[in-house]
Amino acid sequence: MKALIKDIMAPAVCVIQKFRKETQDTFTLELSPPEEGFSFSPGQFNMLYMYGIGEVPISISGDPADTGRIIHTIRAYGAVTSRMMTLKKQEMIGVRGPFGTHWPIEDLVGRDILLVAGGIGIAPLRPVLFHILSNRTRYGKVLLLYGERTPGDLIFRNQIESWRGRFDLELEVTVDSAREGWRGNVGVVTTLMPRIVLDPSNTAAMLCGPEIMMHYTIQELTKKGLRDDQIYISMERNMRCGIGLCGHCQLGPTFVCKDGPVFLLSKVRHLFRKREL
Amino acid sequence: MTNIIFTEDEWTKALQGISDSYKVFAPVKDGDFHTFKPMNATKAPDFDFQNTRLSAKALIYPQSERMFEYSVDERASDASIVRETPKDYSPKAIVGIRPCDAHGFSIVRPNFDNQEYRDPWWVQSFESTVLVGLGCNQPCSTCFCASVGGGPFNKDVLDVLIYDLGANFMVTGLTEKGETFLTKVKGGKAADDESIKQAEALATEAAKMSKADVPTDKLRDKVINDLFAAPFWQDVGFACLNCGTCTYLCPTCWCFDIQDEVLGKQGDRIRNWDSCMFPLFTLHGSGHNPRDQKFQRVRQRFMHKLKYYVDKYQDGVQCSGCGRCVRYCPVNIDIRQVAELMNNY
Repeated sequence: MKALIKDIMAPAVCVIQKFRKETQDTFTLELSPPEEGFSFSPGQFNMLYMYGIGEVPISISGDPADTGRIIHTIRAYGAVTSRMMTLKKQEMIGVRGPFGTHWPIEDLVGRDILLVAGGIGIAPLRPVLFHILSNRTRYGKVLLLYGERTPGDLIFRNQIESWRGRFDLELEVTVDSAREGWRGNVGVVTTLMPRIVLDPSNTAAMLCGPEIMMHYTIQELTKKGLRDDQIYISMERNMRCGIGLCGHCQLGPTFVCKDGPVFLLSKVRHLFRKREL
Repeated sequence: MTNIIFTEDEWTKALQGISDSYKVFAPVKDGDFHTFKPMNATKAPDFDFQNTRLSAKALIYPQSERMFEYSVDERASDASIVRETPKDYSPKAIVGIRPCDAHGFSIVRPNFDNQEYRDPWWVQSFESTVLVGLGCNQPCSTCFCASVGGGPFNKDVLDVLIYDLGANFMVTGLTEKGETFLTKVKGGKAADDESIKQAEALATEAAKMSKADVPTDKLRDKVINDLFAAPFWQDVGFACLNCGTCTYLCPTCWCFDIQDEVLGKQGDRIRNWDSCMFPLFTLHGSGHNPRDQKFQRVRQRFMHKLKYYVDKYQDGVQCSGCGRCVRYCPVNIDIRQVAELMNNY
């Protein structure tokens, strides 16, 4: 049956159950799902709507197994997200979704998993980690590389510290510029690459971050022997409708909102890093 | 197939007589140009024109359309409830639309009505409309409908076709919708054989005049990245002002933006035509803009119309050959030349 976009275009009203400030410009919203329920796959996004201000595509950062809450982690960049940062518990927000493709976690059972996140790119990858950690025996070695601007910008800091304590998860964090007291790595996320060990025959990589960061990460992974059909990337474009009608997110012949945001690199290799597309 | 003969006066009266059944839009002379306006008793339609300056796109797909409304008063009992804005889909007729502009609707349709999604507003608006076309006796210098799957008397998307026989109009029903429309139209007399022959001759003559000389046959076989990296884009886009005139005049450009408007306690969620010619079209919240140079935006427009659309729908180019963008581009960028460059690259 055809979906009526009238139903897809009208936002559902969700109440904010928790507002948590992560860093000076990043925050997490925990929403109660609409009456008809809500489920998503890791890597998908919602269109979040502020009445009278506008709507933005934001990936879902919660646990896909937890259908009782919708969780979004947002970095305040533009007019809408900056206003969202002033929201409070019990206030309303409009939600449409979930939209887009997802990280193919079910197809990757038995594989080693490498996650590489740049900045707020950690948010759409967190559901993957939640899923893997709940189904830990079904996956091989799991490795997360996370690059941030400064130590103060690290998101999910408590969670990351507790994950670091696990023996079944390798986790490396690096920052572009350090402050006094930082004892970790300094440098862009690719500087972590030389020291990691991958089994190129069995690893699947998922990347999310600025295009330039993914570009250099792909170069490093290629050096390590990964093929383009083992690498998944999550793309970003300006979006309005979320279902491939409005034309804004067109990337060559594909629409990032509908055919993406998660792409298998070998499918879009010819489109990737063409800045003007 | 009903064929009825009217004099121009009879035809105008007949159209005025169906206002109970249809809201009729017809071309009206407005300064130096013609535009589609709702019919009324004071201003008579004028069918002596080459084409209207604006296509009839806005009559099906408004330039600015309210989708939803809501109250921004937090104390109101209906606060935060989004309601669909009431819309009017009573039958309407667009009389005097040129076959190229009607063809435009069928080019746009798969975007709004396909396997996955159906835009109820576009579809209802289109389906409640009778397209009463006016054949082109004399194709103009900028149009090229015959090159892109149309023709000066192309009946494919029309419900009724009008032949301008000089002294009279011959009006022909083409579809069930069109025949129903003609049953409501009063006056006129059944067409005689001679008029039908004359009409056929007009169509044949016009078809001879419209040459299919804009090549699009090889576009499908091209590789996207080859075309994308072609050396001519800087030249094609050099003079472009990114004014967006081409996209607004185009009967086949459908991109839209969604904006909120708040007045007092009333909020509206509105979709507006948008244009890939504008830098804001692709600007991210972070300030990053994937298409930040004008030639990149010009390339996007032509690649979408002449390559991406061709590949996606396997049904020709996203252009109906009306020639408006050629005629009104302030710096004379010509889609016919660009099609040739791409086709021959």
